[in-house]
Amino acid sequence: MDPLLTVSGLTMDFGGIRALDRVDFCVFPGEIVALIGPNGAGKTTVFNCLTGMHRSTSGQMVLTPTGRPQRRLHGLPPHRITAAGLARTFQNIRLFPRMSVLENVMVGRHCRTNTKLFGAIFRPAATVREEKETIAMCLALLGRVGLADQADEVAQNLPYGAQRRLEIARALATDPQLLLLDEPAAGMNPQETVELEALIVAIRNHGLSILLIEHDMKLVMRLAEHIFVMDHGRLIAKGTSDQVRRHPAVIQAYLGEEAADA
Amino acid sequence: MNMKKLPMPTGKDIGHALLIGLWFMFLTFPLLVIKVNPGEQTVSWRWANMLWVGGASAAMALAGRLIVAHRAARAEHPSPKPGWFAVQSTLSQHFTPDRLWLLGGIIILIFLALPLMFSTYQVNIMTTALMYVILGLGLNIVVGFAGLLNLGHVAFYAVGAYTYGLLHLHFNLGFWIALPIGGLMGGLFGILLGFPVLRLRGDYLAIVTLGFGEIIRLVLVNWGDLTQGPSGIADIPRPGLFGLDLSLNQYLIYQYYLTVIMMFFTIFVVNRLRYSRLGRAWFALREDEIACQAMGINKTAIKLTAFSLGAAWAAMAGVLFAAKTTFINPDSFTFMESAFILCIVVLGGMGSITGVVLAALILMLLPEYLRAVAEYRMLVFGAVLVVLMIVRPSGLIPAIRRTYSAMR
Repeated sequence: MDPLLTVSGLTMDFGGIRALDRVDFCVFPGEIVALIGPNGAGKTTVFNCLTGMHRSTSGQMVLTPTGRPQRRLHGLPPHRITAAGLARTFQNIRLFPRMSVLENVMVGRHCRTNTKLFGAIFRPAATVREEKETIAMCLALLGRVGLADQADEVAQNLPYGAQRRLEIARALATDPQLLLLDEPAAGMNPQETVELEALIVAIRNHGLSILLIEHDMKLVMRLAEHIFVMDHGRLIAKGTSDQVRRHPAVIQAYLGEEAADA
Repeated sequence: MNMKKLPMPTGKDIGHALLIGLWFMFLTFPLLVIKVNPGEQTVSWRWANMLWVGGASAAMALAGRLIVAHRAARAEHPSPKPGWFAVQSTLSQHFTPDRLWLLGGIIILIFLALPLMFSTYQVNIMTTALMYVILGLGLNIVVGFAGLLNLGHVAFYAVGAYTYGLLHLHFNLGFWIALPIGGLMGGLFGILLGFPVLRLRGDYLAIVTLGFGEIIRLVLVNWGDLTQGPSGIADIPRPGLFGLDLSLNQYLIYQYYLTVIMMFFTIFVVNRLRYSRLGRAWFALREDEIACQAMGINKTAIKLTAFSLGAAWAAMAGVLFAAKTTFINPDSFTFMESAFILCIVVLGGMGSITGVVLAALILMLLPEYLRAVAEYRMLVFGAVLVVLMIVRPSGLIPAIRRTYSAMR
């Protein structure tokens, strides 16, 4: 089977600083892949390059959705990448705080709907139908993340864990092939983390691939089929959770020189 | 408010109030106390004014402090909400969504009946106020919906007015042809301004748009061959009505109705836009630009649409303005106008349609009816602005997003 996402030689320079140095990895369809590493290793930079927030200095990113032609992602602006099938959440939640929960998700449908100015003003039948479909679909999505009851709440009033789940629902609304989650469990209590884990598995079982950055190692080890470890902008190890756990370079990166020798 | 419930002022409150009184005496000293009469070369000192100002501001400060304390005390012991909230709830009782058309009908009737109840002079003032409603609603798309601070809105107003003026001057075209052309020209200029400022936000955007506004005005002043420079364009025809010959009074009333129709059309369009795919994209852009892009929204397209729509509306208001005054020159399009329109939007509540309409009417009509206190009218006007912003910081009627799930 072909990988869904293939990243090869991804390099990102900020002035004289090389934040990413020839990073290669791939994600297969229906797989949960984790990207881990110490703080400042360049994980979020990988996400930003993938989603077009940063324009990578060099390297290739190719998306191969099943049954659809390949798409080169490098050099595309963010909204085209989202349209191609990549959706993300943010490390420090970036909702639309003063819009309602439902509206937040509806914004995610933007690239899959096409009402233009004329439609917005005169509301022909096609627009009315599109709006109805959007609302129904977004409510269903909110149901999947357990927020159906709060649909009319203003997003900023949601508790922290619910905001994280709303961000996931909003990303799912863009109909992605691959979902990028940037530290989804950060700041969550154990109960919320358990719910999140169930949600992520449910999303994968729905046929999506997931790439996640996470510091909660227990969660990563339980969830991820493949793990890529980064340090100082380089990929230092990859493999299953057991392989990565025993990898000397990983132990050194996380615990320091001595621990690796011992 | 029940005065019995007000707490007794403490010494601290009184001291604070006196201090404020002193401060106001100092502030208004040059304006209200010293009076230089250049003709007779005398200076008169109006000390009585100083006492009045000091006393009144101290009393107001004291009252304000007591009311705030009273409110804080009540917040600790919540009771049924009085005053404004009661008005709101009775309003919403009588005008449930399915009876909202009734409220709309009453408002439309009031607007239609206005010329029958008031003199032409009043109607004329109202026409001007309604134009500012249109301008405010146009700017509301850019500032309120999309969150792009635009200090050069008057430039598009000028584009519209001059489109009509020049089309008349050079091609002898009439109002009804100029109106759509003016709108298109406005939209075009909106895109023209939009392109260079795509990367800018907040303060930086404000400065560039401010500059743009000035550029347009200076071009109008200095490009004499085309625009007749500072002397402006005179004798612009009023809008025609199926070739009928109208007297001046009839024209003014006709113009009023025209502006009312235009205003309702604007409200209709802006309201539809607000809850559309486009409107949601604008709000998302305002809330978080990065997340907005990550959700698959083309930032460039969305920003340009907002700019050009706001501009098109300002330009159409400009065409109306040219037709109403029959004379335009660059002096009508100074930065003060932009600031004034922005004032309307901020004061009304950014993104709120009812708020903007209300604020435009208040801000336009207030100075007119303050002519009674002639000299001090701008002073009072400024004070009203300050007080309103303190009492209702998010605008007269803050925007509330509609909930969609009722449409299930």
